[in-house]
Amino acid sequence: MSSQALSHRPAALSHLDWLEAESIYILREVAGQCANPALLFSGGKDSIVLLRLAEKAFRPGRFPFPLLHIDTGHNYPEVIEFRDRRARELSERLIVRSLEDSMRRGTIVLKAADESRNKHQSITLLEAIEEFGFDCCIGGARRDEEKARAKERIFSFRDEFGQWDPKNQRPELWDLYNARVHKGENIRAFPISNWTELDVWQYIEREKLDLPSIYFAHRRPIVRRNGLLQPITALTPARTDDVVEELMVRFRTVGDIPCTAPVESAADTTAKIILETAETTITERGATRLDDQTSEASMEQRKKEGYF
Amino acid sequence: MSAVELLPECQPPVDTGLLRFLTCGSVDDGKSTLIGRLLFDTKTILADTLSAIARTSERRGLEAVDLSLLTDGLQAEREQGITIDVAYRYFTTGTRKYIIADAPGHEQYTRNMVTAASTASLAIILIDARKGLLTQTRRHSYLAHLMEIPHLVVAINKMDLVGHAEDVFDRIRSDYLAFARQLGIAEATFIPLSALNGDMVVDRGDAMAWYEGPTLLELLESVPTVFSETDQRFRFPVQYVCRPQRADDPVLHDFRGFMGRIESGEIHRGDEVLVLPAGIKSHVKDIHLLDQSLPSAIAGQSVTLLLENEIDVSRGDMIVRPQESALVTRQIEAMVCWLSETPLDPQRKYVIRQTTRLSKAAISSIDFRVDINSLEQMPADHLAMNDIARVSFRLAQPLCVDAYSRNRATGAFIVIDDTTNNTVAAGMIL
Repeated sequence: MSSQALSHRPAALSHLDWLEAESIYILREVAGQCANPALLFSGGKDSIVLLRLAEKAFRPGRFPFPLLHIDTGHNYPEVIEFRDRRARELSERLIVRSLEDSMRRGTIVLKAADESRNKHQSITLLEAIEEFGFDCCIGGARRDEEKARAKERIFSFRDEFGQWDPKNQRPELWDLYNARVHKGENIRAFPISNWTELDVWQYIEREKLDLPSIYFAHRRPIVRRNGLLQPITALTPARTDDVVEELMVRFRTVGDIPCTAPVESAADTTAKIILETAETTITERGATRLDDQTSEASMEQRKKEGYF
Repeated sequence: MSAVELLPECQPPVDTGLLRFLTCGSVDDGKSTLIGRLLFDTKTILADTLSAIARTSERRGLEAVDLSLLTDGLQAEREQGITIDVAYRYFTTGTRKYIIADAPGHEQYTRNMVTAASTASLAIILIDARKGLLTQTRRHSYLAHLMEIPHLVVAINKMDLVGHAEDVFDRIRSDYLAFARQLGIAEATFIPLSALNGDMVVDRGDAMAWYEGPTLLELLESVPTVFSETDQRFRFPVQYVCRPQRADDPVLHDFRGFMGRIESGEIHRGDEVLVLPAGIKSHVKDIHLLDQSLPSAIAGQSVTLLLENEIDVSRGDMIVRPQESALVTRQIEAMVCWLSETPLDPQRKYVIRQTTRLSKAAISSIDFRVDINSLEQMPADHLAMNDIARVSFRLAQPLCVDAYSRNRATGAFIVIDDTTNNTVAAGMIL
């Protein structure tokens, strides 16, 4: 009965090996338990990691699911180009459903033409789930991203309206996942739940994964607003009293243009980004997501409404 | 599979893997403060999070920043001022990554702690130095033992409120050891600490020079991380069968890979294996991880096994070695924790999921229920949420099992209600 018995033994797997093996296990459980899953692929770093894990899980076979992108129409062109190229390289099927189609149908009504479209993605996603009859959507969300995600299950149950009820989630024990659903209901599966932003970057470095160029430091016209950097683009033009600066920046997350802010950085390689990430003093979402700042509980609210 | 490479021999020398642990305690034990302290002193809390909780602390009229606010997750909980569900937190020291399962107290305690314990290699049991052993200490220790968590740390907290006195620490330790023996707990480590001031959490502080053991973080850094460290027997539940059937590629045309994660033990190319429950023997032709061909693979790795003979293997089967087979059975006895608000109905059929296998199950008998406070065995004819009981099941399909005390991966199962599809119970095979 002492600490003597807990003597040091070298670990068998490094933390990245362990995380990778767990994620592969989760992806294979989706394939083994679900009849018609899809993998949400946006061209962002987390979903790029998911694709690499899917290769490790299923090659030399094809992926047992198509890739699905919900396109807000407000994405950086570099990211869309990357998305299409990556799907081609993998010879996997890519389905794109766009918010603009939902707007034409009248299922999405914007309050203002320039408002963030991020929160409206849920509607187009639910329409795609219904159109294709998906019983599971695999997403790249991580528990370290945001408080409401810290309690998210790896297999998260959604009712037929896509709603997440934080008070009524299935207990999840060991690695025994329960993906059983009735028709119309579905599961959101999160294979990299246990990864942090730093783990993602370390894995990108280790696996030498290719990323859209805007993740790396580049020059861009910027306006400083509310402590965040707002890029000047066709969608987000400078206002008359704005002071526009040319800054070296990189994106930590890539989402909808009007709600994704870059950070000042000279990191132009993955290795330099890892160093910055290890030393950073602001959370990923706090620094870059204009939409999460609205209220402390905003992510939870969006998740209840069907956001992934 | 044209470019077959060997696995690089070297792991990064500084990486000692990943440790999952849980913290057990109620609101007043300082559990949230301890987690907050670990995150804060390992510099995991970032500036914007810290300023958000500083604002909240100020709004609530608190003098210092309340580190426990870091672990208050959901809106519903913040409104009620309680935590209702297991939350997972992450931090890293550079050499090791940690996942904390934070199990809240209150009425659903058993269910939450069992959930958090299921994936943990270590449990921290918090005791308030002023109060010593309480009923809940007993309850937490029993559950940690029931769930077979390999390492137990008894953290005697709030030492600052008892004058950092060594004799208080010694008395609580001997009290604990006395009842741990009754439970059959073989090993525990005791650490005096003050989560509030940070003494013996990450830094030693100056207040308890009499204590010569490791700080909490030093202990976490040195504990073995391997999940099924006691069981060396090879266990490979098949998750998925890869059959590309590609007519254009002679190698892939007949490719048949059995995909899964090695839950315990290790396997080498050329080893003889047995496929359960059918009992068919073969040899390992190759072990693949993407485009790498591995001479061997160990517990924790997700790989693809290729066998010599063309035999029928599907999801739910388990590959083992012939001389160390698992038990193939249609009858199991288990300790069960009921998780659902709908009580167990002994007349009903349920679905059991164990490894990657499913079977319909009927209740043969509820042998007894354990009173979680007195640890006495009571008769029972149904089970309600948070109840722990010994239950016997009859199965429609055979399962390939080991005792949970020897192998958590092959000894654990969940019970599913097939009308709602909810997970209603967790089971540990005896």
